[in-house]
Amino acid sequence: MSTQIETLLKSNLTTTVVHNNIPVVEIDKVNVYSKGHHILKNVSTIIPKNKITVLLGPSGCGKTTLLKCLNRLTDLYPDLKVSGSIRIDGDNIFDAHKDITAIRQKMGLLLQRPYPLPMSIYDNIAYGLKLKGIRNKKIISAKVEKHLKEVALWDEVKDRLKTSAQRLSIGQQQRLCLARGLAVEPEIILADEPSSALDPISSRVIEEEFIKLKSGYTIILVTHILRQAKRLADNVIFMYYGEIIESGPAQQVFENPQSEILKEYLRVGH
Amino acid sequence: MLLSRKLTDNISSKWMVTCLTFCLLLPLAIGTGLVFKSTPLLSEHRLSELVFSKDWFPSDNRFGFWSFIVSSVWVTVLSLIISIPLCLLSAIYLTQYAPKWFLKFMRPVIDILAGIPSVVYGVWGLLIVVPLVGDKIAPFFGKESLGYSLLAGAIVLAVMSIPYILNMLLEVFRQMPVELGEASLALGATKWETIKHSFLRKGSTGIISAFGLGFSKALGETIAVLMVVGNVVQIPKSMFDSGYTLPGLIANNYGEMMSIPSYDSALMFGALLLFVIIVIINVIFRYIIYKSEAL
Ligand SMILES: Nc1ncnc2c1ncn2[C@@H]1O[C@H](COP(=O)(O)OP(=O)(O)OP(=O)(O)O)[C@@H](O)[C@H]1O
Ligand SMILES: [Mg+2]
Repeated sequence: MSTQIETLLKSNLTTTVVHNNIPVVEIDKVNVYSKGHHILKNVSTIIPKNKITVLLGPSGCGKTTLLKCLNRLTDLYPDLKVSGSIRIDGDNIFDAHKDITAIRQKMGLLLQRPYPLPMSIYDNIAYGLKLKGIRNKKIISAKVEKHLKEVALWDEVKDRLKTSAQRLSIGQQQRLCLARGLAVEPEIILADEPSSALDPISSRVIEEEFIKLKSGYTIILVTHILRQAKRLADNVIFMYYGEIIESGPAQQVFENPQSEILKEYLRVGH
Repeated sequence: MLLSRKLTDNISSKWMVTCLTFCLLLPLAIGTGLVFKSTPLLSEHRLSELVFSKDWFPSDNRFGFWSFIVSSVWVTVLSLIISIPLCLLSAIYLTQYAPKWFLKFMRPVIDILAGIPSVVYGVWGLLIVVPLVGDKIAPFFGKESLGYSLLAGAIVLAVMSIPYILNMLLEVFRQMPVELGEASLALGATKWETIKHSFLRKGSTGIISAFGLGFSKALGETIAVLMVVGNVVQIPKSMFDSGYTLPGLIANNYGEMMSIPSYDSALMFGALLLFVIIVIINVIFRYIIYKSEAL
């Protein structure tokens, strides 16, 4: 395990030199238990800035749980006991004095199934802005337009901004959720199988979105689609039964997997 | 085998239609019955006079229901003003903040409250609420009151309707999807902001229905209110005055004073009024729900 972390750190150091990217997220010895069930086992890794890091692993290995740890949505489940530290820009998010709402606004979250808030399209995006204390209608409207354009949804919805977001198609909803997340100006985008409920074309739209967003954001993406992972990943983390088995630059992980499990996973996934 | 299953399927669906029809026809039948029974009164008096006049002198053949209508609506609205915030906050606390065992413990408590007969609430109202209003609350507001008042009725009613409304609200909040909470929190909302801006909106249909049902139930409650509102025919000027509700009027007088012509018919008309008010209130609540669902 420790050698793995060493190699990981080393690989990260080299990328630091080459791409000049500082880590934004440092995950250190995170453990999650639920009533005796050990969900995440001593997870430590570093997620570099302005890269797409793809989380791979079979169902139930703890990918969603790890994402939820990052913005402390684990707080919602009293059964989950979380320990360890996660530093985002150097701040430990488990620190009791930290303002969790500000930390969460550093991250945009895309869930497996899009979940629009029960309000209009416009208000879905204005929601986060208002929470940030922005009251000026003009600024809000401008931002709504900007972020809807950013996700290529503006033309489809500009005439019905005041209608319910729940009436959009699933693909449109997912893009709306992305826009909603971007509107709070996060640094990190957490995406949990964002295209699993989408048709191939809509999921391509989301993928292209990610590639565009990469320059401004750090993206952590969970996906089961190996080809999607290969198209998008700069960095890969492979998990199995709550542990990180392998991680590193995408090329290295995909072309030169070390562990049998990952080899198997990559072979079957083809 | 297939035949018998088909048959069962057929019968059960027919049976359901029958039950449903019965449920639909019942209010219609009651409504028609009431109209029929009140025709003697309606043929003698103008409708507007019956509804809007406050002169209630049955022996002079003058029947004005306005005082009763005002008292009924006043007591009901007042009781909702008391019970709505209580129920809403309790439901939010129990489902969102309290530990799970506490909710489990409260459920049977709420059910027991719902099962207590209204006479018992009435006695409690007589012994506790009436003196409380007369000796403490009214003087606090600088008013004089015997205690037998709309406020006493409203307090008793509020306490009685809490278990019903609360049970419905608990369901609404328990069924709140986790994803909604996650989405809202992830956008940087606090727990309270999430509840206020997302959960209340998501649950608005259920919440409004709960209040609508609470309203209908409170409007029709008879005994407990009758025991504490004083039963004085007058237009109450404040919540510390006595009043006389429609159900109270019917319960107190039905089968009595048969010597007065049309009295029987007048009481039936009172029941019809109650029925109509409940229908109107339900239509209003439906409309609000329809509006809130549009978003
Ligand atoms: N709130 C919770 N309470 C208890 N156990 C949980 C909770 N959330 C997740 N788990 C358990 O943790 C394990 C990992 O779940 P998780 O959702 O993180 O898997 P995943 O890798 O995202 O799987 P998938 O690819 O199917 O989405 C599972 O065994 C799951 O049952
Ligand atoms: Mg998952």
